[in-house]
Amino acid sequence: MNPVPNLNRRAFVIGTAAVGTGLALGLDIPFGPTVVRAADGAPEVNAWVVIQPNDTVVIRIARSEMGQGTLTGLAQLVAEELECDWSKVTTEFPTPGQNVARKRVWGDFSTGGSRGIRTSQDYVRKGGATARMMLVQAAANEWKVPASECSAANSVITHTPSGRTTTYGKVVEAAARLEPPTDVKLKDPKDWKLIGKSVKRLDTSDKTTGTTVYGIDIKLPGMLNAAIKDCPVFGGKLKSFDEARVAGMKGVKKVVRVGDSAVAVVADTWWHAKTALDALPIAWDEGDNAKVSSASIAKWLDEGLDDSQAAFVGNQNGDAKAAFASAARKVEAVYNYPYQNHAALEPLNATALYTSDKCEVWCGTQNGENAFAAVLEVSGLSADKCDVHKQMVGGGFGRRGQTDYVRQAVAIAKQMPGTPIKLLWSREEDMQRGKYHPITHCKLIGAFDADNNLTALQMRLSGQSIQFSVRPEALVNGMDPGAFSGLNAKGEAAIGYTIPNLLIQHAMRNPHVPPGPWRGVNINHNALYLECFMDELAHAVGQDPLAFRRKLMTQHPRNLAALNAVAEKIGWDKPPPQGISRGIAHYAAYNSCVAAAAEISVIDGNKIKVHRIVAAIDPGYAVNPAQIERQTAGSFVYGLTGLIYGGCTLKDGRIEQTNFDTYNMMRMAEMPKVETIIMPSGGVWGGVGEPTICIAAPAVLNGYFAATGKRIRSVPLRDQNITFA
Amino acid sequence: MANLTINGKTIDVDVEPDTPLLWAIRENIGLTGTKYGCGIAQCGACTVHIDGVAMRSCGVLVSEAAGKKITTIEGLAPDGALHKVQQAWIANDVPQCGYCQSGMIMAVAALLKDKPKPTDKDIDKAITNICRCGTYQQVREAIHAAANV
Repeated sequence: MNPVPNLNRRAFVIGTAAVGTGLALGLDIPFGPTVVRAADGAPEVNAWVVIQPNDTVVIRIARSEMGQGTLTGLAQLVAEELECDWSKVTTEFPTPGQNVARKRVWGDFSTGGSRGIRTSQDYVRKGGATARMMLVQAAANEWKVPASECSAANSVITHTPSGRTTTYGKVVEAAARLEPPTDVKLKDPKDWKLIGKSVKRLDTSDKTTGTTVYGIDIKLPGMLNAAIKDCPVFGGKLKSFDEARVAGMKGVKKVVRVGDSAVAVVADTWWHAKTALDALPIAWDEGDNAKVSSASIAKWLDEGLDDSQAAFVGNQNGDAKAAFASAARKVEAVYNYPYQNHAALEPLNATALYTSDKCEVWCGTQNGENAFAAVLEVSGLSADKCDVHKQMVGGGFGRRGQTDYVRQAVAIAKQMPGTPIKLLWSREEDMQRGKYHPITHCKLIGAFDADNNLTALQMRLSGQSIQFSVRPEALVNGMDPGAFSGLNAKGEAAIGYTIPNLLIQHAMRNPHVPPGPWRGVNINHNALYLECFMDELAHAVGQDPLAFRRKLMTQHPRNLAALNAVAEKIGWDKPPPQGISRGIAHYAAYNSCVAAAAEISVIDGNKIKVHRIVAAIDPGYAVNPAQIERQTAGSFVYGLTGLIYGGCTLKDGRIEQTNFDTYNMMRMAEMPKVETIIMPSGGVWGGVGEPTICIAAPAVLNGYFAATGKRIRSVPLRDQNITFA
Repeated sequence: MANLTINGKTIDVDVEPDTPLLWAIRENIGLTGTKYGCGIAQCGACTVHIDGVAMRSCGVLVSEAAGKKITTIEGLAPDGALHKVQQAWIANDVPQCGYCQSGMIMAVAALLKDKPKPTDKDIDKAITNICRCGTYQQVREAIHAAANV
């Protein structure tokens, strides 16, 4: 057991004079090119690749690993071009402070929007290719032969005419002194050997022995622990607390105000801190938000469904209103989707050490640079005096892209200079101070002509915008483009249907509950609304839901291919087994096309057994198929948990659900068999972690209709006394 | 002060008897492989063995554990070897974020001790740990793999 995290390994030495205090210099020769060295003295070939004399390859990973497998996938991308021995690959996270000091040599650290691989694949592959060319050149120089006569494979460089060989570890010192080449060509995808292969994850072993260090496991010398309580009504303030009542309790060191709405107890152990916090009398100024309830929000959102209310138009073609007026038949329905908490299993935490000239934070984060900026802001120190040491993340799902917990840790540490403070939220705090999946309602209207052709579709969303709260600068003339994810006319998240008259709107209504991206973000509700309603439309005119969709998808071949794949594998053209009903759904977002076909049975009308879900995903390129399968199955667990058990409700302005007894989670017994078809069509790089999440719920709900003839339009199902069998 | 026998060692721990065992293990003894997830014995991330039985250590008081044999993930396979469940976990690449997996592995190790060849129904009944990443499909495959070693 290692009582202190290995700081040296993370704070590797870097060799640029621009770096301020806190980072040693690694310039090892006074003249000639600079060699940048890792803490153990091994040279960097470039920012992405360090090679040790024993041929160990250390690949730098800028994005966060929170279970989604990006760490392994990104290493595959670098190693593919590096031509190194995969069995000798290890990884490390550079820090955001080092990134700033080195002019963002590692680019973006943010890990959300299923972007980890698809938005960095180009430059990380180039990093690997550049390093390979330098290593080959160094060997060629040593042999005094042209580099063009040399090749590299498995960390071995061969001079083809003579058959001489050497290894990366032997030439790395010389390679690190070379100028990087400017003309770097990447492999043709048909020549990939490692990309597309289901290699094992690089982070598994430690996760089976309890040795992986998550933020919650950080130990620093002299460290104290903090438990925190923020005003349970969002927007409320901390009025007062009676410190004297807990000051004498075992282990308590200090009770501190954190910002204007929270109070924390600092103690020797977290259990002592939490025990004292629970005993601390606290008075809140809850403000007007204490009057808000789920019912009051629902009423406000329902009003937004009315055409008389203002709304942003996200996608429009033809004239839907005119088509409705002349329709032979109209179908109308109203759906809703609730607030959801991320409930990552590792509750939020961050450890901060503040002194007058330094502030360091150790935490799990999905966005190291956002966390770094938060440290700068709260500490009041400059970038050269701050850093964030990213830890393995015990579940992110979007929540750890935000920095509230980091800010709190620094604010507490600032009141106790020189003492490392580990702030850990209780599960209850995590549940009640979330950044929730946004709440929306949706009215849908479809119109048919006399021949039962769909002539118009209107989809009117009413509800919360994430960007209004999280990134207001991303709003476009007030509109949140993300609200239309999967419903756009074009782009990476376009609607997969061609409908002659289409109108998709968003009446933005922002209750006081803070929203945030929650795995899938806006596609959870958008896909459920659209794909359940398409099912309704099909049944309204007596058509098969698959055939009905296919007619509208002729101009969307990539979407159609995914839909057809699941239909074929589940045997849609044949009747389901006795007692089994089927539902189907598809969607496109994050530049990936996805589809699902579910087989379910319903017991006593209210107990759903999901036997099997066939899924398809076309992510353009598939870096690690085994991990894509796991992301697909895992996303179904998350999405179906939200469908059946989820939903955060409000009473007196605060979230009612406080722990897993009131916010239940799907377990082993409820897990369907998931069969994933990975069908990379090439040409684009799509996301993997999120797109599939949105199709499980509509596929199951459409299956429920097939089984019962009843249409469910409200989430979660537990509110309607429907649960897993 | 409590006297605890953990992973084969008996130690005096400076902790109040009404402290949940989870926190004594993590904070007083310093073994952090056992995780906090909920504190109300719902999620199973804190699962340890007490006298060979899988227990959620957040719901067990130190006073209740005293004198009993406690095993944590760090002590599941003594002498640096790996338990067959851990081996199956690695072979099947089970963990995603991994945070729940210590508890999951401890629960499964106890199940296999009781039922060396569990059926899917046995697994459904015995393994109720929460995995937010949704590794259940791989967990099931790995349990069967471990049972067939």
